[in-house]
Amino acid sequence: MISARELVPGIVAGHKRAIARGLTWIERDHDRGRALVHLLFPRAGGAHIVGVTGAPGVGKSTLVNRLTLTLRSQGRRVGILAVDPSSPFSGGAILGDRIRMQESVMDDGVFMRSLATRGHLGGLSRATFGAVTLLAAAGFDVILIETVGAGQSEVEVMQLAHTTLVVLAPGLGDEIQAIKAGILEIGDAFVVNKADREGADQTARAIRGMLSLSRRDVAWVPPVVKTVAEQGEGIEELVDAVNRHRQYLDESGQWAERRGALALHLIELAMGDWTHRAIAQAQRNVDWSAVMEDVLSGGADVEELARQLLLQALKGRNHEP
Amino acid sequence: MIRVLVAKPGLDGHDRGAKVIARALRDAGMEVVYTGLHQTPEQIVDAVLQEDVDVLALSILSGAHPTLVPRIMELMREHELNDVLVLLGGIIPDDDVEAMIQTGVSRVFGPGTDTKDIIDYIREHVRRDD
Repeated sequence: MISARELVPGIVAGHKRAIARGLTWIERDHDRGRALVHLLFPRAGGAHIVGVTGAPGVGKSTLVNRLTLTLRSQGRRVGILAVDPSSPFSGGAILGDRIRMQESVMDDGVFMRSLATRGHLGGLSRATFGAVTLLAAAGFDVILIETVGAGQSEVEVMQLAHTTLVVLAPGLGDEIQAIKAGILEIGDAFVVNKADREGADQTARAIRGMLSLSRRDVAWVPPVVKTVAEQGEGIEELVDAVNRHRQYLDESGQWAERRGALALHLIELAMGDWTHRAIAQAQRNVDWSAVMEDVLSGGADVEELARQLLLQALKGRNHEP
Repeated sequence: MIRVLVAKPGLDGHDRGAKVIARALRDAGMEVVYTGLHQTPEQIVDAVLQEDVDVLALSILSGAHPTLVPRIMELMREHELNDVLVLLGGIIPDDDVEAMIQTGVSRVFGPGTDTKDIIDYIREHVRRDD
């Protein structure tokens, strides 16, 4: 059995097998996966992490395929993480994003991995954070993260990405009003894909109108780019917008700030992991139905109970859930 | 978590069977990477490599299995993907089954196979737990 330390050279050299195996360890969340992320984190600072989010069916996968081809033509190595939902019933998943990425993924300068959410909310999988670190350390210049088909609140990608692209399709019209909070607030650039369809201009106008009303950052005006990803139209303009955003982040000092914000989010996620472990451990070790009964009858103080469970998990220092 | 790549090599344009299998495996709690129609052996093996799946399930209806399967298995060996369980389904004449097994395929499932048998087979024969 090889150790995390032994896998590092292969990953840093960009060997596909080592990268793939490392990603599996991270997904399975065992000690070696965590050790690997820890070892690779110092090497992961250079990659431009670009999130691609939007409702199901707007063409995210096709867009990622086209973005990859254009980035490759500029000589940049591209890592792709595509997240699809796990079934809440069986835990299984169908990961179909490769279907639309066939043109780009055969290239040696591209590595693409499909991830299932495995119960994680927010539009990503828990493993996405470690997976990005690994791909960045493996020397990919740009890492594209395709979220699950997102609704209004799957906004976690902004915690991870330097640049978030929000993809829409024409014909939303008034719906833009309804979704202006949440996902429309996180775009560093907006993409109106399928722009050969009727209503593309209205949709673009509606987004611009919304942006003029509320902006997080007055110095960066998120561009609105019309694309027809299927035909490759508008992709160069979009890549140009992505590159300009990176330059803006560098010059404004936000590149470093976002890295700080990511560190904080990683700590929060790891704390969440301890919570899950505490509950799993308690379910193994105590009469859980009695605990539940105690809570429901009003006998137990939930706050105090939570504190005790966490303390026990931390005392055990047991990494394995 | 068992990860499976369901792949359709070659030129036949019917993936209903592959989709039925993909869905049954998902409902059995597996993660199924599906890559669509018309895959070359190179594309399939590259996907196995990158997705680090435990199982490769091939569906071939075109009759091209005598050329496609040996090529896929050769590429699998080249990339040292020896611990991946390879299953073959679709329309494979009885007379060809032994030759397919000789290339390194673990099992051939013919038309009308109960998906439960495939699921059980995968659970029993997956080779790696890492």
